[in-house]
Amino acid sequence: MNPISTLFAFLMNLPERPMRWAQGRLSKGRLGWVFVAPNLAVFALFTFLPIAFDIHYALTGGTNLLPSQRPYVGAENFASLLDCTDHFDANTCHRDLFWHGVWNTLRFVVFQVGLMLAFSLLTAIVLNRKIIGRSFFRAAFFYPVLLSPVVVALIWKWILQREGLLNAAMIGVGAEPTNWLLDPHWAFFWSVFVSIWAHMGFYTLILLAGLQAIPAEINEASQMDATPPWRHFRRITLPLLMPNVMVVLVLGLIRAVQVFDEVYVLTGGGPGSATVFVVQYIYKTGFADQIRQYGLAAAASLLLAGVLLVLTLAQMKGSQKKNG
Amino acid sequence: MRHAIIAASLAVLLTSATARAGEVRIACYSDGNECESTEILAARFMQANPDIKIAIDKMSFKAIQESLPVQLAAGQGPDIVRTTDFGPIMAYMLDLTPYVKDPAYWEANYGGTLGWMRRDANDHGIYGLMTQLTISAPLVNKTLFDQAGVAVPKAGATWDEWATAVKQVKEATKIVGGMAWDRSGARFAGPSISMGATYFAADGSPAVIDDGFKAMASRYVAWAKDGTVKGDIWSQAATGYRDAFDDFANGRIAVYLSGSWQLSRLEKTVGDGFDWVVGAEPCGRGGCTGMPGGAAFVALKHSKHPKDVGAFLDYLASAPVYAEWMVMTSNVPANVALQKKGLPYKLSKAGTAAIQQFGADAATLTPLAYKLQGDVMSRPIFGAVADRIAAVMAGQMTLDQAYARITSDVADAVAASKK
Repeated sequence: MNPISTLFAFLMNLPERPMRWAQGRLSKGRLGWVFVAPNLAVFALFTFLPIAFDIHYALTGGTNLLPSQRPYVGAENFASLLDCTDHFDANTCHRDLFWHGVWNTLRFVVFQVGLMLAFSLLTAIVLNRKIIGRSFFRAAFFYPVLLSPVVVALIWKWILQREGLLNAAMIGVGAEPTNWLLDPHWAFFWSVFVSIWAHMGFYTLILLAGLQAIPAEINEASQMDATPPWRHFRRITLPLLMPNVMVVLVLGLIRAVQVFDEVYVLTGGGPGSATVFVVQYIYKTGFADQIRQYGLAAAASLLLAGVLLVLTLAQMKGSQKKNG
Repeated sequence: MRHAIIAASLAVLLTSATARAGEVRIACYSDGNECESTEILAARFMQANPDIKIAIDKMSFKAIQESLPVQLAAGQGPDIVRTTDFGPIMAYMLDLTPYVKDPAYWEANYGGTLGWMRRDANDHGIYGLMTQLTISAPLVNKTLFDQAGVAVPKAGATWDEWATAVKQVKEATKIVGGMAWDRSGARFAGPSISMGATYFAADGSPAVIDDGFKAMASRYVAWAKDGTVKGDIWSQAATGYRDAFDDFANGRIAVYLSGSWQLSRLEKTVGDGFDWVVGAEPCGRGGCTGMPGGAAFVALKHSKHPKDVGAFLDYLASAPVYAEWMVMTSNVPANVALQKKGLPYKLSKAGTAAIQQFGADAATLTPLAYKLQGDVMSRPIFGAVADRIAAVMAGQMTLDQAYARITSDVADAVAASKK
């Protein structure tokens, strides 16, 4: 045995004694906790503890950062955020920017997740066929996923700004240039588009894996029965792909609700507040405003977390029903 | 063996502690070359004071603004920071009075701006040194005015006269916008004070909306609508500061309301690309004023080396060093004696004329402009004004709604700061 193997074997045998000792003293069920304890400790430190802090901040007020110096205000921060004459009209709300963020986020989720799912599915189906340059296209579609969100936003800003590439091309073909990022509708459209462009590759990959897992004999049997393509897709492909679609839906939804970095760099939330999302409001209130209202930011983040939790549970329930 | 390990660990700890003794860390951002020029002066200071080490950490303005209050609350952070935003860090400022050689010298020469870093009228501490005195004023692309055959408005001209002239230049030269203002409530404050805005109630509490403020706000929005003002600088974002420097440097606007801190950028970027001048402060019924401002090196009280911090800032504040520093950075000095004396700037002809104009403006700004700049609530006021006027320009609310929002935003900020 070479020295490295000896050292490796020695290191591997090191935990044996304490494990035997623990096994002797703990029942089988309790021993499991020993194995998950390190992971739980990390989870507690970096997830549960921040959540506890978040709740504390949400229930306290003032501008002090240290928890011990913050006065208890109860549900005041939540009441302030939810104070509206008409919740559908952000301008009637006390915290109007928060509600602009809420409605913009909702619109973004509907369009971004819906369109991304559709395009990812379409792309996965095409890339699953025997087309020329399939490997190249798979890599090309996945490539934007590797870019940092800030890089993605800067690239698109360069394309979409007034003197950008897109307007140069439009002038080149004799069309009128457009202020893509200064018109509220276009700015929102491009926010959705850029987000889809940046993340679609990842979801396409998940769906592609699902498509490749469908047994070939099922497809062959369908072909032998001369099933029309649309029917084949609806009755065979889609049901078998449903677990992957659910994963894409849940991940896409969570990501869309959390949208911030790309859009913040691309539009800064503008024009006006046309592309302000809830996370930008949280960032602004907690970290960028001159008077930092950590309590309000924490309350907004808890409301966001609540919405995410409800959405995730609803989807889990939905998928359980389908499977059951 | 165990003893050897403990001894070695202690030795490492002690060595690192010795290496850090006397080290003063400065978090610095530059408008032009402020950090680099401070490095040159710090090197000279360290030669004369070999037991003190000055380490300058260069970072962005945004990084300092956003991370510093959090760092300080956690008991972390630099010994000195370059910042324009004194309100959020007032609780953490170090009073340098016991650490400077002659507090009376500071009071006599920097007294006007020392007040910006003080909590109230009863506070007489010395918390930092202004690294510049900035003055906002219209920067004028004279080449465009000449091409249009329009005269640059002279001292005493009103904002309406400026707007008319700018519109004529825009129409004659087909530029994209007549004038642009940085997206900043501080920039808006100068013109609004000129129109008669008072910003404070009789008891000293913030009262932003009045007839003077409305007179400027309604004009500004109307100018954005008819293209006199390039409104997208304001409406493009929901929050935060945006400057219009690129538009000015590329000849896309005729007038740019910015200030003296752009001087070194102008020298570098515009060069002799076109002729530019600093216009006289436009007037209204409240006077002819821009806004003063600027960044200071602020001392922080968690510093383990307050004596060294005091010694270094004392060195920078001494008249010959401060004068050299201002020449290096092309900044207007906050030192009153140097303002009067004048400095031998090494600038182009346009740059020299500009800094003379800024220096002259410093003496004529209204007292209200100085008071507003130094008020603890100035930043929340500026933020609310910029965001709400921008929302009007983006078509998301009316001016009346914006006035109501500015009032409630400022009231919320006041209430939050009192908790």
